[in-house]
Amino acid sequence: MTLPEGWEMVVGLEVHTELRTATKMFCGCANVFGAEANTNVCPVCLGLPGSLPVLNERAVSMAMAIGMALHATIAPSTFHRKNYFYPDMPKDFQISQYDLPINSGGYLDLPDGSRVRIERAHLEEDTGKSTHLGASGRIHGADRSLVDYNRSGVPLVEIVSGPDIRSAAQARLYASELRAVLIATGASDGRMEEGSMRIDANVSVRRNGEPFGTRCEIKNLNSLRSLQRAIEFEAQRQVELLEGGGVVRQETRHWDETVGATSTMRVKEEAEDYRYFREPDLVDLAPDAAWQQRVADELGPMPAERRAAVVGLLGEPSDAQRDAIDVVIDLGLERFVHATHAAGGDVAVALARVANELAAAEDVSKLTEAAFVATIALESSGQLSATQAKTVLADLIASGGEPREVAAARGFEQLSADSLGDIVAALIAANPDEWSRFRDGDDKLAQFFVGLVMRETKGRANGKAVIAELHARR
Amino acid sequence: MSGLTRTEVAHVARLARLRLSDEELDLFTVQLARILDHAADMQSLDLAGVVATAHPYDLINVVREDVVRPSLDRDVVLAAAPDAEDGCFAVPRIMGEEL
Amino acid sequence: MNATAMAERVRRGETSARFLAEESLRAIRARNEELNVFLHVDEHGAMAAAARVDDAIARGEDPGRLAGVPIALKDNLCQVGVPTTCSSRILEGWRPPYSATVVERLLDAGAVPMGKTNLDEFAMGSSTETSAFGPTRNPLDPTRVPGGSSGGSAAAVAAGMTPLALGSDTGGSIRQPAALCGIVGVKPTYGLVSRYGLIAFASSLDQIGPFATSVADAALLLEVIAGHDPMDSTSLPEPAPSLVAHLDDGVAGRRIGLVRELIEGADAEIVTAVERAASVLEAAGATVVELSIPELRLGLSAYYLIAPAEASSNLARYDGVRYGLRVTDEDVTAMNEATRTAGFGAEVKRRIMLGTYALSAGYYDAYYGQALKVRTQMRDAFKRAYRDVDTLLGATTPSVAFTFGSKTNDPMAMYLSDVFTIPTNLAGEAALSVPFGRGEADLPTGVQLLGPGRSEARLLAAAKVLEDVERGS
Repeated sequence: MTLPEGWEMVVGLEVHTELRTATKMFCGCANVFGAEANTNVCPVCLGLPGSLPVLNERAVSMAMAIGMALHATIAPSTFHRKNYFYPDMPKDFQISQYDLPINSGGYLDLPDGSRVRIERAHLEEDTGKSTHLGASGRIHGADRSLVDYNRSGVPLVEIVSGPDIRSAAQARLYASELRAVLIATGASDGRMEEGSMRIDANVSVRRNGEPFGTRCEIKNLNSLRSLQRAIEFEAQRQVELLEGGGVVRQETRHWDETVGATSTMRVKEEAEDYRYFREPDLVDLAPDAAWQQRVADELGPMPAERRAAVVGLLGEPSDAQRDAIDVVIDLGLERFVHATHAAGGDVAVALARVANELAAAEDVSKLTEAAFVATIALESSGQLSATQAKTVLADLIASGGEPREVAAARGFEQLSADSLGDIVAALIAANPDEWSRFRDGDDKLAQFFVGLVMRETKGRANGKAVIAELHARR
Repeated sequence: MSGLTRTEVAHVARLARLRLSDEELDLFTVQLARILDHAADMQSLDLAGVVATAHPYDLINVVREDVVRPSLDRDVVLAAAPDAEDGCFAVPRIMGEEL
Repeated sequence: MNATAMAERVRRGETSARFLAEESLRAIRARNEELNVFLHVDEHGAMAAAARVDDAIARGEDPGRLAGVPIALKDNLCQVGVPTTCSSRILEGWRPPYSATVVERLLDAGAVPMGKTNLDEFAMGSSTETSAFGPTRNPLDPTRVPGGSSGGSAAAVAAGMTPLALGSDTGGSIRQPAALCGIVGVKPTYGLVSRYGLIAFASSLDQIGPFATSVADAALLLEVIAGHDPMDSTSLPEPAPSLVAHLDDGVAGRRIGLVRELIEGADAEIVTAVERAASVLEAAGATVVELSIPELRLGLSAYYLIAPAEASSNLARYDGVRYGLRVTDEDVTAMNEATRTAGFGAEVKRRIMLGTYALSAGYYDAYYGQALKVRTQMRDAFKRAYRDVDTLLGATTPSVAFTFGSKTNDPMAMYLSDVFTIPTNLAGEAALSVPFGRGEADLPTGVQLLGPGRSEARLLAAAKVLEDVERGS
């Protein structure tokens, strides 16, 4: 979908990411998703009278890692209170950073060659979560809400982009690349479906060359697909409104995934009055050079660089291979592909196995790079069929070990060339018509013979070896 | 004079989630104006170059290790709640804002 | 009997903690109805704590430096399971699931908390008259206020219910009631005592401190509660200072500044008391100089913007959702409003309004921002003064204990009773009030000693010189 001729959209994204710390931002309660309601709470994250916040050192390190990955400037910063009433927020203020954020400036280069500026990436605390009882499950129409404070006080970094994005597809690409970067820093798991990465989009439209128009903020974008669709819808809506002689009101809009439309949540009649002021219960944050260096030392290469390294091994990857590379980079599994390449193995096969079998596994720590490389070698040489190789990998992932031993234990012992030759000869003799048609050039009949061999050997034969044998006798 | 108006006082009451009766509104408008007038001695000062002090001391980087400590028992937590249901704090319906 | 002597006798086995707790309970029962000092007497908890002390003694263990000493806690300090109200309807019935760091330190030292004392609602006041549970009466003259906001704690000590009490001081809430009740009260350096578990009024100004009948007892109690606490980010990163050991250091060689702005407008008897204190200190070997710190005059204005601003945010959490009062209404916003409107008293509402206004868009720079700059000036002015002298001297209050209702109709008049104490809080420094002299109606007057951060040992030693003279020893 594109906007009518002469119109341009201007988009900036605010991305909130939860940090993968062991504990919350200001207390020692566990930072975990999916626990029973109100079991990870204490006086601090419940905002009980008399409680005080103490900053989590690792949250600061992770925020700096994000800043470094986004080429931002890390500067001395302060915490402020953002005051507003909301039942999810136990103190009825949020501790955030205001005029002096930990990271400011920076940029993110997208795979399409464009660059989006980063205005700031600051630390703040998450709110609790409420469930709305009533017909719709949404706030409107609910009679009562239930509040769970397990998420209250979970550390967040909010990354604010410049108004540099000019299409919904670019917004999606930005969010996807940022997600990959956040995962690469180790600061975030990037799980949008669990709400650990959440996106708000500021969207406005303008006629080419004119100043920025009035913007609307879209909330509730919990997938990359929603993000793209919502921005497309919203920009279109604003253009239609303006072309029809209307004006865009500055407001917050809600994206409804099922309806495929945004709708008004609240109108910003007057600027919200959050009464920001310095959080008196916290002191200033000024990480010294040594602390920053420790964070920098732990920071590995970013996805763009890592992606390029894998692409370099493949030459001209197909679109499917590019997708596979994204998956492998997201999960940080490219070491298996590199190891295969170093051993002179088949990189394409290795990529496919990593992007599928390894990516599907919860944990691949038992699988050594050597065992993986050896498995790919067995598959490439025809000693294991593709199906067998996948089974062997699954076993290696589950229990470790050596691929030859695992294959033997599975009974994937290769048929010797002699016995395969005997079986093929016997089957040719038993099926003379099919054999003559194959000899006359009907290659489709190769599969017929492979099927017979497989049945005869109970699947122990290697398809490629059978075809080689057939061609040798043709 | 601070020039504080009744409308402003009513607006502030809304921000602070307080309901004021008409008499309270009148009284607070007068009383708050008096306190703000007293602050006028401060406002006449030229403090352009002065740094603000929000903290008595210049401590920096007070942090704790990222180590889990025990949370509270949920029954204890919810026992204090005016209304609870299903392991959660229960509140009347939430209007408007959605985060 | 003073706390120091009590603890020594308990540790030597000459008396028991149970006996002292029972004595304290008797004293409380004798006058609590008349004076309204304790909002909650924790008889069961006190006897259990006393029993633990006695058991430790029986096992030959040392229960600590405050072994068996009954102590009163201002009801804005959390103690696990003990009702904590801040003298507000909005928290009525709330029992904290955790204890303040100071309470834990008291128990570790063998002290016996007797219960929770009355205060101005959320510590906002100078007379305990804003308490939702009725005012506390001054034990020395029940027609008068005990001061505030820690009026209940001061009265508990002055009435002999407990030899020690803890209060909190945001703009004078320990020193002013100490002066009005004729006892010793210390506002420690900001960060010296952990605020964890102190229900916040104004976070950048609040400090917990001791009340006692003698300088030595105050020093002992402060030593027990002071020292770094990792639960409070603003806690000074150092152990408790040595105070008791320096009590008899005297003032020889000290330079003490008598500050004009800290006696300005005070009753004549109070000015006389301060001047007499100056000559006592001079006779003890100090050099006393008169000086002026004009910036102190701005303290009240800055304070009455900064403290309400922080309070407006600190008190937002009383919204009817998680604990305390809830007044039901059709939706959550209406419920918040109904609860807060019913739960807060007039003074608290007034300060929340003032603070909300001072922070709101369009007024921040003119009010709150300007007040923070005045705060800087105040700190700098003190710093300059301390280049020339090491201790400052002035009055604690402009008048002796006043009668009920005499200032309640005029917030500004009430606020002015803190005019001498507020600057110390703004600067985050140390000060104390020691009884010295008599004023109107033969009521006690307090002399205030002020010093830079971490000067408690010096201030207590100077206070001891005055106390010794006053007691004729």
